[in-house]
Formats: sequence, C-alpha cells, structure tokens
Amino acid sequence: MPTSAPYLGKDLVGLEHLTREQILAVLDTAEPFKEISERQIKKVPVLRGKTIVNLFFEPSTRTRISFEFAEKRLSADTVNVAASGSSVVKGETLVDTARNLEAMRIDMVVIRHGSSGAARFLAERIPSNVINAGDGRHEHPTQGLLDMLTIRDRLGRIEGLRVCLVGDVLHSRVARSNIWGLTKLGAEVAVCGPPTLMPREIEALGVRVFKRVEEAIEWAEVLNVLRLQLERMQAGYVPSLREYNRVYGVSRERVEAVPRDLLILHPGPMNRGVEIDSDVADGPHSVILNQVTNGVAVRMAVLYLLAGGAPETAEVAKHGE
Amino acid sequence: MSRPILLRGGRVVDPAQGLDAVLDVLLAGGVVARIGHQLEAPEGCEVRSVDGLVVCPGLIDLHVHLREPGGEHKETIATGSKAALAGGFTAVCAMPNTDPPVDDPASVGYVRAAGLRAGGARVYPMGAVSVGQQGERLTEIGEMIEAGAVGFTDDGRPVADAELMRLALEYTKAFGVPVADHCEDHSLARGGCMNEGLVSTRLGLVGIPNAAEDVMIARDLLLAELTGGRLHLQHVSTRRGVAMIREAKERGVDVTAEVTPHHLVLTDAAVDGYNTNAKVNPPLRGPEDVAAVREGLVDGTLDCIASDHAPHHYDEKEAAFDDAPFGLVGLETSLGICLTELVGGGLLTIPELVARMSHRPAAAFGLPGGTLAPGSLADVTVFDPSEEWVVDPARFRSKSRNTPFGGRRLRGRAKMTIVGGVVVYEDDGRRGDAPGRTEATYAR
Repeated sequence: MPTSAPYLGKDLVGLEHLTREQILAVLDTAEPFKEISERQIKKVPVLRGKTIVNLFFEPSTRTRISFEFAEKRLSADTVNVAASGSSVVKGETLVDTARNLEAMRIDMVVIRHGSSGAARFLAERIPSNVINAGDGRHEHPTQGLLDMLTIRDRLGRIEGLRVCLVGDVLHSRVARSNIWGLTKLGAEVAVCGPPTLMPREIEALGVRVFKRVEEAIEWAEVLNVLRLQLERMQAGYVPSLREYNRVYGVSRERVEAVPRDLLILHPGPMNRGVEIDSDVADGPHSVILNQVTNGVAVRMAVLYLLAGGAPETAEVAKHGE
Repeated sequence: MSRPILLRGGRVVDPAQGLDAVLDVLLAGGVVARIGHQLEAPEGCEVRSVDGLVVCPGLIDLHVHLREPGGEHKETIATGSKAALAGGFTAVCAMPNTDPPVDDPASVGYVRAAGLRAGGARVYPMGAVSVGQQGERLTEIGEMIEAGAVGFTDDGRPVADAELMRLALEYTKAFGVPVADHCEDHSLARGGCMNEGLVSTRLGLVGIPNAAEDVMIARDLLLAELTGGRLHLQHVSTRRGVAMIREAKERGVDVTAEVTPHHLVLTDAAVDGYNTNAKVNPPLRGPEDVAAVREGLVDGTLDCIASDHAPHHYDEKEAAFDDAPFGLVGLETSLGICLTELVGGGLLTIPELVARMSHRPAAAFGLPGGTLAPGSLADVTVFDPSEEWVVDPARFRSKSRNTPFGGRRLRGRAKMTIVGGVVVYEDDGRRGDAPGRTEATYAR
C-alpha cells in the first residue's frame, strides 16, 4: 500500500491547494536529484519495488518521457498506457480503467487526460498516489514546479519577481499552475494575450492583465510563453497565426526594445514563428532546455515525496536505501 | 368511486381562495366536497386527523423528465410519478425529450396511458415543438393536444431557429396552450459545462455565460410580443433574464416563467471539487443571479417553482465533469428545500409558497387543480412544515440519486399525497409505500 506522504498528501493534482512550504519542499528536494541525471549510471534505488503506471489519455511526448526517466532513474517499475491501443478506445470508462489498474496493485498513477478534474476524479477513487500530468485546462502542476525551479536556478529567487504568462491563458493548464505556484511564492504575476483567450475573472486569481504584449514585456522580468494550438485559430479565437505572431509573438525586436535582460521560458512544444520567434527561443536568455532538464529532477522529487520521502533525507536516500 | 375522506383539523392553505385557517376538508366523489369548521363525517367516510399539518391543493411540477421511453435505466413514468407523490406532488408535466421524442399523438397517448397505469402523480405529457426535436418543422400540435398534450417544448434541444419559434407561438394560439422554452443559444454556450466565471476559470472548465440564456429570453419575449402567443420560460437562472421578463410583463406580454429550487439556493460554488451532481443546465450561477431569481419569485416576475427533475444513472454521473450529463433530481427535495430556504429564510410565507407550487403552475398551463374550492379536483397535499429530516438519496423513490442536496438538513416535508380523492402516498415514518390504486380510481 502506498504511504500517505507527510509533505504533499496522497496525490499531486494541482498547485492550488498546496502551501508555500509544500512547493518549496518540492523545489528543495529536486536540487539533490538533479545530479543523478549527470552520472554515468543514472539509477538510484529510491523507488525500488514500486510500480507506476503512466496513463496518458492525450498524446504527449515530452511530459511522458520526462516522467518515465524520473521513474526509471529512481528504479521504479513502470508501465505506459496510451489512450490509443488501450481499452479506453473500446468505451471503458475512466473509473473502470482506474479500478482495473488498482486491481493489479499499483503504487502510483501518472495521469494525463483531456478533461479538467480527471486527475482528482481518479485520486478520490483509488488508494494509489495520483500525479496529475495535465488535466484539460485545469492544472499541470509538475510543469509549474519545473518552471519555478528553472527561474530560481537562474535568478536566485522567486519572491518579488515580475513574471508574465503570454498567450492562450484560457486553454492553458500550464498558466493556472504557474499562477498558483508563483503567487504563493511571492512573485508578481501577470497574464497577456488576446482577450478572446483570456478566462473570465482571471484578475481574481491575483494577477494583472495586459492586453498588449509590448506592455507585458515592458513590465516583466520573466516571460513564460504559452503554446498556441492550431485548433484555436480554427475555432476562431484568433484570425490567423500570422496575425497572432504579428500582434502577440515574442520577437527579438520586442525583447530587445527593453533595456533589461528578460528570462524566456516556454513549456513546449514550441510553434516557432507563431508565439515565439526562433532567435528568442534559441537566444542567450532562453532557459527552455533547462526547463526540460529540470523537469526530470522535479518529477523525481514529486515521486519521492509522494512515496513517503522527506526533503531533508533526499540527499541520503539517493545513495542507498 | 373511493370512500370519502375527511381531513380533520389541518391548517388549510388555499391561496386561490385566500384561505389560511384551521378547517376540515371533505373529499368525496373525486372532488373537494366541502371545507368548513367541524364538518360532520358522512357514513363510510374515512376520517384522518391532520393536526399541526398544512393541507393545501396538490403541488404541481411543470418540469420533470421521466425518461420513458428510451431512458428507463434512469427513470420510468412509474418510478418518476411515485417519486413525485413522495415529494408532495399530485401532478407533473413530463418533458418530451425522450428517445424517441414525444412528437406525435401516439407518443403522447403512450405517456398519458403509462401515467394512468402507474398510479402515481398525474402525468401530463408535453409534446415536442418540432418533429424529432430537430428544430425544423412543427409537430402535429392539434392532434397531440387531443391525445393529451398540455404544452409544447423542445426542452433539451431548444428551438434555435427564430422563425420556427415564431410559428410555434402563432400556431398554438388556436389552442391556448403554452410554448415552453429552455433558453440557450448554443453558439454562445460553446459546449460549456458550468457557469462562466471565477469558478470555471479556477477549475479549467468551459463556461456558459449568462448571455447564452439572456439572448434567447430576449428573442422569445420579442416573439411573444409580436405574435401574442402564450410563452412559458423554463428554469430562468439569470438576473438579466428576470429583469427582461419583469419588463415584458409590464408591457403586457403573455409570458409565464419558472425557477428551480437549485437555482434559488445554490451558486456555481457547488460545482467546486468537480461535483457532477451540481452539473445542470442552465448552470448554477453566481450570487447576484441567485438574489435576482429570489427577488423575481417574490415579486411574481417568476410565476412558479418547477424542479426540472432530471434523473441520471449513477455511473453516468460517475465521470469526468465535462463527460457527465446535465441534470439533477428534484421531485423528492423540492418542497423541503423551498420550505427550509424560502419560508425558513423569511422570503415567502407558506401561502405564498403554496401559490407558487400549486395554483400558479396550474394557471400557467391551464391544468385542473391548484385550488381546494368545492367542486375542484380532490388533489391534496398534506405536509408538515416543521419536521426536520436529512436528505438521503438512497431512500429516493426515483430510480436515480443525482442530487447535490444529499446530506442536507431540511425542515418540512410531505406527509400525505391525495390524488383524485385517494390517499396514494403516506409518510408513516417507516418509509413504506402506501397501497396503490387502479386506473379507474382517478381517471380524468
């Protein structure tokens, strides 16, 4: 049976209900785990004997592989279930899928699902630890955590920083996790994007709203550029990708128009030439690949904490039992 | 014919007659025979003491989904009409969005006959406005009325085409029946699953803005004014909607409107935690809307309370929020919720509540009942306004349990339901069913 973890509780479904201390515990725990991925032999026995299912109802490359590396480097036994090729396409309900997995006595489930609330739904119904790898437009907590770790790595702090999320906030689970996490850690957070892609009453989450990207860039120290999905254009939220790039794209000209160095993040996968121009994405202030590296460490930290580990013993744990 | 019944010593509340006094009520021959002080019990009469209880004209719910035919795993006409009795309702209007929809005289006849056979509350069929609820051409409205339809609606798939709505409002004028509309502009609702606002933003759920309902209410009111047709607006949930109806009534538009107990009591905060039992259409709105529909109910802008009883099987609601169907059951909680929140909350008196659950719904759809005036139908509800109880969905007579009110402590519940002069439901504290009756005992 999985242990109920003292630091995060049984599950990680979002950052909304975590405390500042819990978020910092994950970031601090991720620090010692970073080093494992730099070794020749990238494996420690922290989760030996634990079985984990990566249950992906939506296509995902980066997040799924990142979780899988985190799990394998901690010696867990893992199974990947993708929606296509599983019983999901045969009409099995989410709850039946969960119960069947549970009947095989798994310890943890990492779930990616197109419906907001799906991770919580699962967490309330099975005793295994559940980790949300993205549910609809709700949250993507490990992405929020790795974004914060990356910002802290580079700038040394989160508190007091001005961070702006740029783009399709309406459909973005990354935006919501960033907003919860960053505001809890004391950052000033703003959002910027076309008003058609801005959720109602977003200000009530404690963020300021910029309608023009130039104003956002003028204000911010960190830009987290959100992916614009092609189907948003088809659904009519923006007239064309070209216009989107013209009005909201994070371009070199816009970034260089301010005298400060802007830290540039992007959760990936990028649409180069749409929400972000290549010379920004590949430029000196981009930490987009650092985010990917940190993703593995953060996910190790989450797995470790949910399995009952304590932040202060992470350093010891990775060297043995 | 059944034995006469004398209800002795109850508080008789009949707003249609302006009556609110401790009196006896004698029911005989399927009608109300007499009301008075210390009535003599005729020979063979069954005498029931209803001391401390309220005796009122049978409650009427203008908006229920009985799911038959096609959705018998959720509810049947039999179980739904029995659930109605347990909630104190003597009559319900069954929505036509079944599978297949009730869109021809034979289907109307089926629902009516099944209602008679069931021996529950009276079941008044509603017919579809358009064939197959496809929103393209009118159903055989005249023939369906002959078969027993009391009104027409494409509830569940509201009439999107304004011209069709105009034709419906015009054509029904020949018969004096209402066209009832679930007001929702599909393009604005955009596949949403809850109210659009801070809660939907937090939960990452697609929101349905108030405007999706408001533009349709505005359209319908304008068309009712244009045609002089008889319009009934279903489950109004928005403040602008209330304001527009109020203004239309002042202009003399022939419109009535209903509001549900859940829209009077809950806000979209009830959805938090992805509670699929609070997923309903129109969605639970914000506090300002709740305040506005309450005000509208008090001042008469909203004529009556209807439950929009919408049963769903438990495993259909056991799903991710956006995958779960809309709707909640209301027949067995409606009276208790309204007594607790509206009467207990000081918003309405008991006679004012009874008017909104009996006389006014009857008047809105031209149904018999709604009063205890001598000679009227012997449909009577007896309720205890002060009995405390806790909603336990497992005890519902409905086939379904999808309520957001489970575990809620209520004050006031139905004790006895009489249809056509026959006691067809009694809450004896043991939750047992009262003996049923045959079709002959109350055939209209």
